[in-house]
Amino acid sequence: MISGALLTARGITRRFGGITAVDGVDLSVREGEFLSVIGPNGAGKTTLFNLISGQDRMDAGRVTLDGRDITNLAPRRMAEIGVARTFQHGRVFGNLSVMDNVLIGCHTRLKAARPRMPVIAPVVEILRALIRPASVKAEEAAMRAEVREILATFGDRLTPRLDQPTYSLSYANRRRVEIARALALHPRILILDEPTAGMNESETAEMQGIIADLKAEGRTILLIEHKLDMVMRLSDRVMAMDNGKVISEGTPAMVRNDPKVIEAYLGHSTIGGDEPAEASLMPEAGLQTAEG
Amino acid sequence: MDAILALPWFDFTVSGLVLGSIYALMAVGLALIFGVANLINFAHGAVFTVGAYIGWTCAVALGLPLWASVVLVALGGAAVGALIEVIAIRPLNRQSRIAPLLATIGVGLILDQTVHMIFGANPRPLPVAMPAWRLTIGSGSVGPIDITIFVTGVIAAAVLYGFLFHTKLGMAVRATAQDDDAAKQMGVNIHAVNMAVFAIASALGAIAGLLVGIYYNAIDPNTSFQIMLKGMVAIVIGGMANVPGAIGGGLILGLIESYGIALFGASYRNLFAFSVLLVMLLVKPNGIFARGRERQAEPMTGTFVTQSKPIRLPAWLLVLAVIVAALVPFAGKPYVTQVMTNALLYALAGISLTLIAGTVGLISIGHAALLAIGAYASALLTIAGLPVAIGLVVAAAVTALVGTALAYPAFRLRGHYVAIGTLAIGEIVALVILNWTSVTNGSLGVYGIPPLEIFGIDFFSTTPAYWLVLGLVVVFALLQTRLLSSHLGRTWRAIREDTVAAETYGVSSNYYKGLAFGFAGFTAGLAGAITAHQFSYINFDTFNLLTSVLLLTIVILGGLGNVAGAILAAILVAGLPEVFRALAEYRMLFYGVALLLLIRFRPQGLLGSG
Repeated sequence: MISGALLTARGITRRFGGITAVDGVDLSVREGEFLSVIGPNGAGKTTLFNLISGQDRMDAGRVTLDGRDITNLAPRRMAEIGVARTFQHGRVFGNLSVMDNVLIGCHTRLKAARPRMPVIAPVVEILRALIRPASVKAEEAAMRAEVREILATFGDRLTPRLDQPTYSLSYANRRRVEIARALALHPRILILDEPTAGMNESETAEMQGIIADLKAEGRTILLIEHKLDMVMRLSDRVMAMDNGKVISEGTPAMVRNDPKVIEAYLGHSTIGGDEPAEASLMPEAGLQTAEG
Repeated sequence: MDAILALPWFDFTVSGLVLGSIYALMAVGLALIFGVANLINFAHGAVFTVGAYIGWTCAVALGLPLWASVVLVALGGAAVGALIEVIAIRPLNRQSRIAPLLATIGVGLILDQTVHMIFGANPRPLPVAMPAWRLTIGSGSVGPIDITIFVTGVIAAAVLYGFLFHTKLGMAVRATAQDDDAAKQMGVNIHAVNMAVFAIASALGAIAGLLVGIYYNAIDPNTSFQIMLKGMVAIVIGGMANVPGAIGGGLILGLIESYGIALFGASYRNLFAFSVLLVMLLVKPNGIFARGRERQAEPMTGTFVTQSKPIRLPAWLLVLAVIVAALVPFAGKPYVTQVMTNALLYALAGISLTLIAGTVGLISIGHAALLAIGAYASALLTIAGLPVAIGLVVAAAVTALVGTALAYPAFRLRGHYVAIGTLAIGEIVALVILNWTSVTNGSLGVYGIPPLEIFGIDFFSTTPAYWLVLGLVVVFALLQTRLLSSHLGRTWRAIREDTVAAETYGVSSNYYKGLAFGFAGFTAGLAGAITAHQFSYINFDTFNLLTSVLLLTIVILGGLGNVAGAILAAILVAGLPEVFRALAEYRMLFYGVALLLLIRFRPQGLLGSG
């Protein structure tokens, strides 16, 4: 085990019928580290993240956070111990306002509004919501102020749309709401599943800036990304996957020059490609932008 | 033990298989529709009834031979099915997920009422000449009716198999069931496929109606709902979209019922079916024929309720509305006041359902059960000597607790499964009330419930009763609105929009669904209890499926989750038909048409869903 590792995963395996989507993957992230997982479509990246964040149950393997076993913990418990994730296709609550969406991210931190008492907690929670003692009011006001602060990091993208339902937002803005919601959880580890998927170049550049800021704040981040340019710029370490297995791991420079990685991408580039931005999947393009 | 062994098990097996093949005919249709249209067809029971009456018209009124009657019933059923698809389902193509299900409830009401209007409400015999011989096997025997039904079932299954696997349209049906988008891209005409499936499913359902009529020598316009539920139980046993599984599920259900009746008696018959349903939904929701762990479904796109911004009524308008409402008794028309009291009781129940169905997104078709629990609790407690005021509060609290516990099995369910689950739970409550004679007085009902008198103050006369109910509606509307603006409101709505994402952010969806059911149960229990004291008599049928459907109509009309909308809609739906007496006679037709038009043209309801 790497000393000081915050999150450690050992031998993670998930089978779907006859296919082993994730096959004995080891992974570890140190506090404050930025680890990216790359790989062609179908390499098992999202499945791996789903297993780590409790969305799916692994067939074998073990995950620990800060030494504590969190293998196959329910997603709700994961949130409580500070694991926050975003989803590949963006899962915001469509009929909720931007404010309410991000406030859901604060849910685990509600103390006054959510009494922890045996048996009578449900009644007390309803009564407090009806009566709203000062503590509940103060807590809600503080959370709202904090949400405004988080949203302000996205410039004027979201702040003017605070009370709009998120179904009315652009795709890029919905992805921003998702990241804001994850930040509101005060995560110990932030798991981002392709945060720039489906974004155009300028939106991607903006998102890259935001993620760079998150890194600068010293956050621990696990990223899945197709756009190698961004991965190479931001990552402390990169892990490349293919066919459910880790094929290369190390510094961005090491992984990008690994013949196995180049082969995996070239071998797949003819059949992959669900979006135009995947032109940057080609190692050559990635190399050029990374060095340019 | 010997007594049990001595029972005529062979005969029970035969009748179980005969019953089972009828359930299988129903279930195959439901499974086909679920597979292709991703929809539970709540009109399927009404199609069964229509089939029975077409059969009666052919075989008895026109005196046609049996084979000709079967063919005509199949054609008639197919025509009805195709019409349902074209009129009710197709226009809803890109609407919220729950819209088509609600539309089929509306169609079911319309078909049932139409049969009522043409043939009357009473059952009638359906005699079909059959040879008198019986084949004796061991200690039991098999008659020509048994064989006819079983053979018809087998022929129908064979024809269906031939269609699905040896025709081009059948291949298109199977392709659409696998992936409708991909099928569309390959040039499959989805509309034609959907229509064909509805036609075939309905033809099978109609034949089942005829066969049941022949078997019991009776047809009844009120069986739609029961038989549809049996079909649903069968597809839940077999796996929702699994056609061969549906046949297996039907036969299994038939045998369970037949053996269960043999052991426990006929009054428990439906209890077996619904208990099996609940157990299946909880333990093996993918059916007993499903293998292993299924891959997690992709998140559904689109939101549960129609995307809309609720209309915010200004405070002065609401205050004015309450003042005007409070003045109703001074109009000098006691009848109108009585009708309005009744409508406001529906409003109280509607407020509670809009929280569950609208805000949390659990479309419940068993809400009447909560009213029944509240009504029985208060009736029995006050008859036992408790003061009415305390009886009401205790009954509401009991409903909150018992209702939440009963609904708990449905919390794990999603989307359309919730509708089936709550329907079954509602029926189980009614059946328990019916069979628990020592406490509930069974089918005789509870008499002599004390009038509404709270701490010696008269609330049973027309005017005070009206004010009491109006006051409760205002109070509970305000309380619920306050809850909706707290962290509970956003948490409930987040669960509705995307349960997985909510859980990912630490929301315990079961706990918060429980809170919603608790609060709604309290409100609904109170509404039921007050109704009981007003009527002074209740029985297991006072709050029935029609009550549940009516409440759901109210909630949709008002806008899912919209408190003010629920009150407005309750006055429109429960008040208007009474005021215009002409409408009252065709009430079900009115509700059905209203539901259908609403979902088609204003799915967000009058005041918008929240």
